[in-house]
Amino acid sequence: MDFWVWIIIAIVVILLAIIVGAYNGLVGLRNQVKNAWAQIDVQLKRRYDLIPNLMETVKGYMKHERETLEAVTNARTAAQQISDAGAGERGKAEGMLGAALGRLFAVAENYPDLKANQNFLALQEELTSTENKISFSRQYYNDSVLRFNNKIQMVPSNVVAGLFNFKLGEFFEIEVPGEREAPKVSFT
Amino acid sequence: MWEQIRANRTRSIILVTVMAVMLLAIGYFLGFYIFESGLAGLFIALIIWFVMSLVAFYSGDGILLSLSHAKKIGPKDYPRLYNVVEEMKIASGLEKMPDIYIIDDKALNAFATGRDPNKASVAITTGLLEKLNRDELQGVIGHEMAHIKNRDVLLMALTAVMLGTIVILAWYVSRLLIFGGMGRSRRSSGGGGQAQLIILIVGIVALILAPILAQLIYYAISRKREYLADASSALYTRYPEGLASALEKIGGSPIQLKTANKATAPMYINNPFPKKGMSLSHATSTHPPIAERVRILRSMAGGASFADYDKAYRQVRSGGRGIISDSTQYIAGTVGLREASPEIKTTATAGEKTARTREVGDAMLRLNKYRIVECDCGTKWKIPPDFPDADVLCTKCGGRVKVR
Repeated sequence: MDFWVWIIIAIVVILLAIIVGAYNGLVGLRNQVKNAWAQIDVQLKRRYDLIPNLMETVKGYMKHERETLEAVTNARTAAQQISDAGAGERGKAEGMLGAALGRLFAVAENYPDLKANQNFLALQEELTSTENKISFSRQYYNDSVLRFNNKIQMVPSNVVAGLFNFKLGEFFEIEVPGEREAPKVSFT
Repeated sequence: MWEQIRANRTRSIILVTVMAVMLLAIGYFLGFYIFESGLAGLFIALIIWFVMSLVAFYSGDGILLSLSHAKKIGPKDYPRLYNVVEEMKIASGLEKMPDIYIIDDKALNAFATGRDPNKASVAITTGLLEKLNRDELQGVIGHEMAHIKNRDVLLMALTAVMLGTIVILAWYVSRLLIFGGMGRSRRSSGGGGQAQLIILIVGIVALILAPILAQLIYYAISRKREYLADASSALYTRYPEGLASALEKIGGSPIQLKTANKATAPMYINNPFPKKGMSLSHATSTHPPIAERVRILRSMAGGASFADYDKAYRQVRSGGRGIISDSTQYIAGTVGLREASPEIKTTATAGEKTARTREVGDAMLRLNKYRIVECDCGTKWKIPPDFPDADVLCTKCGGRVKVR
């Protein structure tokens, strides 16, 4: 009789240990995901802050590029407006902003005076680096989400995740406009 | 990735343990021989080791940085370097930004230091900073960041201390044996002479072999960590070519770092003590040959994950075991590579400098209400505010230029 009591106690203890381990693992990963998301947010905000400076610097040189400049300003406003939205929606808006900035820097190649402007060069370095930081923090965020989701779906932690209602993390993909579209071919 | 690091850590721990056993054995022999008590010797060895470890642990990075004449910099001093370090900090998921130091030296090298990932520093020579483009710099900083993230700095510092202790102890014991120690041994060996003799012979062999063996183990650990740091750099940057071409530039430079230090050699991106002529062997170097590292990185055709690095490693070394154990691969699935980033100039060329000077001059004139008009022939005219006429004669082409 004694023997069976000990066996049951042992099983309960082992089960508890597994549950506690899985739960703590899940919480740790969830915090990592949150933290990684905050990192992305910091960089996206930094980009919003840099753009007005860039516009101010560029305006004097690129009088004939009003469309390009407006596209950047509009994309920035649009992205900033939905900055409380989920990863999916934001990705689209940030993709538009990134593309608009890319066009602006491409056009700037035609303005040697602008390219010699120290202020512009400094801003270009800052924006390029911010762009990199966005993609690196996205990379780290998505890796964290993947590991979190794996943990939620895999045995045995999936049981614990169900018990405590852990929700799957959402990947952050920045959609570059046109990248995903099938090439348009017209037969005329 | 944490599983990965843990797996490598167990391997490193085994090697470190072997070294520790060697250290204790020498201590035991020392005590046995000099104080006729093995435990006393063990105790002495442990104390020496402990004190040296404490020094290395608490002031190692400070000593290293001041020995290298490294200057700390802020975000404004070298914006590109600061940005790249921050990018790699984000990519590696490091919590705190490491301090950045500059070493004023033409040699091409960089190193990382700091006992824990939240209190780390990276240092880079001005020579390297000038030579590298953005992607290459990213690769180098990614490599250093991996040393910090994988806690290699602590591991290598403590291993170096252990190696040092073994070498010092072995040296002193052998001195004691040669001068004077012999007499005492003979005096005390009355009956059990044979057993004493065996211990003496084993001890002497150990004394000779231990420092050499310890050195080889140290090199082996160091090389393993180099490969892992290369693999991590490729993973962080998603662009192995950056590090590959940076390593090529570093390997091609004949200039030696003035302030390099033997004990800290494993922390540099490349061995700061290049051997003249043919090197004796792979086994006596803190770093794998640069050509091999470059080839492995360039063979990573499929992606940037640890699995891809491992595959490339096995391919380059034609078979054998991989450097990163299979069971502990970083996240299953593919990790894509990225494109090279476009080059941004942060410093202007001579032509651009004159253009900038002119631009500043023009701005000054404009402030003073000067009007700047351009002739059809391309000549610019600066018209003072009180100029009376509606047009001006261009002395270059003879035409009239409208002022208003």
